[in-house]
Amino acid sequence: MTALPERTDKKLGLVIDLDTCVGCHACVVACKGWNTENYGAPLSDQHAYGATPSGTFLNRVHAYEVQPDRGPAQTVHFPKSCLHCDDAPCVTVCPTGASYKRVEDGIVLVNEDDCIGCGLCAWACPYGARELDRAAGVMKKCTLCVDRIYNENLPEEDRTPACVRTCPAGARHFGDLGDPDSAVSQLVMDREGVDLMPELVTKPVNKYLPPRPKDDLDQIDVLSPFLQPVAEPAKGIAGWLDRVLEKI
Amino acid sequence: MNQPKLNLSPKVSDEVRKTTCYMCACRCGINVHLKDGKVAYIEGNRDHPVNKGVLCAKGSAGIMQVNAPSRLRAPLKRVGKRGEGKFEEITWDEALDIAADRLTRIRNDDPSKLAFFTGRDQSQSFTSFWAQNFGTPNYAAHGGFCSVNMAAGGIYTMGGAFWEFGQPDWDHTKLFMLFGVAEDHDSNPIKMGIGKIKARGARVIGVNPIRSGYNAVADDWVGITPGTDGLFILALVHELMKAGKIDLDYLSRYTNAPVLVNADAKSSEFGLFLRDDDGKMLVIDKTTGKPAPFDQPGVRPDLNGKLRIRGVTHGTVFVKMAERYLDPAHAPEAVADRCGIKADKIRRIAFELARVAFDEAFEIDQPWTDFRGERHEKMVGRPVSMHAMRGISAHSNGFQTCRALHTLQILLGTVEVPGGFRFKPPYPKPVEAHPKPHCKVTPGAPLDGPHLGFVRGPEDLALRDDGTAARIDKAFTWDNPMSAHGMMHMVISNAHAGDPYKIDTLFMYMANMSWNSSMNTSGVMKMLTDTDENGDYVIPNIIYSDAYSSEMVAFADLVLPDTTYLERHDCISLLDRPICEADGAADAIRWPVIEPDRDVRGFQTVLVQLANKMGLPGFTDEDGSAKYADYADYIVNHQRKPGIGPLAGWRMGDNGITHGRGAPNEAQLDSYIANGGFFVEHIPDEALYYKPWNSAYQDWAVELGLYDSPQPYLFQLYCEPMRKFQLAAEGHGDRQPPDHLRERIKATLDPLPIWYPPMEDGHVDPVEYPIHALTQRPMAMYHSWGSQNAWLRQIHGRNPLYLPTRLWEAHGFADGDWAEVTSAHGKITVPVAHQAGLNENTVWTWNAIGKRKGAWALDDDATEATKGFLLNHLIHELLPPRGDGLRWSNSDPITGQAAWFDLRVKIEKVAPPAEAQPSFPPQDAPVPRGPEDLAWKVGQ
Repeated sequence: MTALPERTDKKLGLVIDLDTCVGCHACVVACKGWNTENYGAPLSDQHAYGATPSGTFLNRVHAYEVQPDRGPAQTVHFPKSCLHCDDAPCVTVCPTGASYKRVEDGIVLVNEDDCIGCGLCAWACPYGARELDRAAGVMKKCTLCVDRIYNENLPEEDRTPACVRTCPAGARHFGDLGDPDSAVSQLVMDREGVDLMPELVTKPVNKYLPPRPKDDLDQIDVLSPFLQPVAEPAKGIAGWLDRVLEKI
Repeated sequence: MNQPKLNLSPKVSDEVRKTTCYMCACRCGINVHLKDGKVAYIEGNRDHPVNKGVLCAKGSAGIMQVNAPSRLRAPLKRVGKRGEGKFEEITWDEALDIAADRLTRIRNDDPSKLAFFTGRDQSQSFTSFWAQNFGTPNYAAHGGFCSVNMAAGGIYTMGGAFWEFGQPDWDHTKLFMLFGVAEDHDSNPIKMGIGKIKARGARVIGVNPIRSGYNAVADDWVGITPGTDGLFILALVHELMKAGKIDLDYLSRYTNAPVLVNADAKSSEFGLFLRDDDGKMLVIDKTTGKPAPFDQPGVRPDLNGKLRIRGVTHGTVFVKMAERYLDPAHAPEAVADRCGIKADKIRRIAFELARVAFDEAFEIDQPWTDFRGERHEKMVGRPVSMHAMRGISAHSNGFQTCRALHTLQILLGTVEVPGGFRFKPPYPKPVEAHPKPHCKVTPGAPLDGPHLGFVRGPEDLALRDDGTAARIDKAFTWDNPMSAHGMMHMVISNAHAGDPYKIDTLFMYMANMSWNSSMNTSGVMKMLTDTDENGDYVIPNIIYSDAYSSEMVAFADLVLPDTTYLERHDCISLLDRPICEADGAADAIRWPVIEPDRDVRGFQTVLVQLANKMGLPGFTDEDGSAKYADYADYIVNHQRKPGIGPLAGWRMGDNGITHGRGAPNEAQLDSYIANGGFFVEHIPDEALYYKPWNSAYQDWAVELGLYDSPQPYLFQLYCEPMRKFQLAAEGHGDRQPPDHLRERIKATLDPLPIWYPPMEDGHVDPVEYPIHALTQRPMAMYHSWGSQNAWLRQIHGRNPLYLPTRLWEAHGFADGDWAEVTSAHGKITVPVAHQAGLNENTVWTWNAIGKRKGAWALDDDATEATKGFLLNHLIHELLPPRGDGLRWSNSDPITGQAAWFDLRVKIEKVAPPAEAQPSFPPQDAPVPRGPEDLAWKVGQ
């Protein structure tokens, strides 16, 4: 129904480091703040002080527990927002052309003037990355802060998505994933970054850096290094003092 | 293709005002974007020393805090019964008259009838100055129920602790070990640091019963049993000492390891240091074999020195440590079961600490000169760093555990060296540079000195002539002699019991004592509302200041409404809890970036106005005229001593603007505002490390006004003040403890770090109550304030009790189930959830999510009020009675730190109740309920 561009000049997106994300939700709220005040309708909140508060967020952090074959259970914090897919099913399903993918940078956006709030795109998105704003009746999604990244009213160093600028752990990176020499592409290469659910063939632009192996201090075998005593225990404190103090 | 044309450069805001965040205690710099005079967006200030541009979820949600429907609107006078929440609005004139009249009467009669406790106050150098001029001995902030063990343990051991006192050397460290850190304290700097070191592949070891947050990203997780951290740390000490993997050169030069200790058990000075006539500690100089003052130029202290003098033998601290820690009782296999950590894992960690500290040592090509005048060509780095907070601190063995942790750092030679732990100015600062506690009360006159301080021995306790406690919280008594932050958690209980005496007025600020900030919450509500045989309230008068409609507001007789953090002046002062970084001294301000739209005043300004009405010295001149109009005036013009004021930046020198020491400058706040709300002065390269012993640092600190004279000192592995209390308990000296405390003092105030089981274990049957119960702070929420925040409560609106797999399966729990949780003190019924990454004997929940109906402008059916809960109901401020007729505080016997995390419980699966239990009837509120929906856009 709505066409995707054959190719885009750039593939702007996020690289999210799951080894470093501590799950603090800083990105979630910075996003909420910027995008409530800026692009399109504000991100509204229903029952804001009631029993079932429910608002629109463009970015959410989930936490999962993983039980590896060896060692204790691990927790992975998993931030999720629109992945700006090359083959974005949310665009092609749009009946009005409101959803589109920008030719110049690959950002997937919703033109709120044309959005009828039918919700087809949210249904088509396999990642659940779109939310219909209950107050405005239009579909909201990550804009990659399109109104920040080129914004000449901001200092150059601030021309980055709000979530990236605020992330305290430095777990979020922004750049052109279509350029193999970009810092983000290099990071993906070095850390063997992955697509989220590649089997869905949506070709997401955003990449995730997997957690590094953990808990090797639990993997104890006969070769595990331990400290060796400096003196025979039988020689007592005096023997220990002699051996230790001869070192200085 | 239908690609619309976008405005890619919309106007961001009309103006950016830079101030300091107060969404938690971290005090990051923020840029507040304004449109049409309203807050449009808040982001981190890139230039600020604390957060360098980043901002956490709380900080970004500040916009919902300054617009919260729970903001108080005007001064309130109670018209219903206490606790009902029925008030009438009054004018500020009336409110100040009511307060000043009553307080003046108290002051002229007996100033100790006022208990003034200021909760999560960031202006303690000011509030304490007010209380001192009022003349009451009863002042403290919330440190006693927060982390005094960490702060005092650090200062008594090495002249500073973590967080505000110091930080890991994030740029050089290769192994970072994190103990029991709730996820909020030093919120952004810890996240930034972890991100930085992980990016270069350094190892993070997380020691915490719960694998969430920082522990989730730790390379190695040590799921320790609560309360056993000291045991684990001393096993690491055992392994390192046994293998000789300790920094002997560092120990001999910079610590009291070589200091001579009286070894004659019959001497009245047994266990005290040998000192010369000037009071200087003596060591044996290896070059001469003779005793010498520790700081004598050229002296090479001998770790195994011995001296027999006047018939008394003396040996070194180092040998005492060897005797204690080489004992097989500290071996990994001896502690493994109690700690819930395999012995081999403890050995692996010890190996890793030694490998990184010694095999990965490095040098920085930077000469420096030490306090003995010796010049060193290089700075030697040992890249192991550590951080800890409430997890190890909030136990009744927490002080000794904190001391043990610092001992481990010091044995590895990792404190104040590159790659290790570094102090932030005005620290390092030894005990000797801190005040002692003062408690001498004179009607109509100020107290004889600062309330809080660091005792050196029994002579400094806050006791009346008859030996009873001088303070209402019983801080600085034989029950808890080294209670450096006071004991706010005991104030209401003691005031209610009239023990040690009755008070008239309880005056509190920012402390939600009738809810999440008290142990025994239900009991405290009763104490606040109890009446005597005449029908009068047992605690006669309660004045409370808060910005929001918290649970505590309903219990006040007079409410003084505070502003939000964007509507006020504050100073984050070097005289107080500073925001410095290891590379520089810094302070900061808050200023009204927006004006309040309610009839509210900043609490500190209200204190100035009250002081002026009462004519308090320090605030008024001899003719009764006011020195300061408001808090901003005080910040600029107050001088603590000549040339030293609340703010160090942009003072007035002889030749114009200067920093550090200088006269008041009327334009000072303008300079702060122009500079982004903060001031920073960088430390010279030569002075960046070895600060306690580095002549260049000491001189720099004197020049800036942090010290009056150089204060080089030795790290106190052996803590002599503790030994002095033990000596008293053994019968020496004039000031003697009551007999019932002698054995406990002897056992717990050991001058070398020890581990003993948490006190609750001695009062509560560990077999009947086998499970440890904890709380943690969510990263995205802070204390009680978060739940009213429309954005944050969508992230943390519920708090199930998390159960480990073993308990989950043993009790047959499934999703959606509820449990009854019982302690020796109380019972709660709460929703449960499963967490695999959890110590198998531990349950936990998020702190302070549960709310009372009616508070915080939330609907009565808000999940915080129906499913949220507090563990506080299970924790008593007193230990269960054991038949001796005494009230044993549930606190550390050394510092009085509230032992929140000693809690033991049992659990049972029960049918889901309608609401979490206990539940309470709704309070009336002085504010209307919040709006149904929000769509907060201030620009067009």
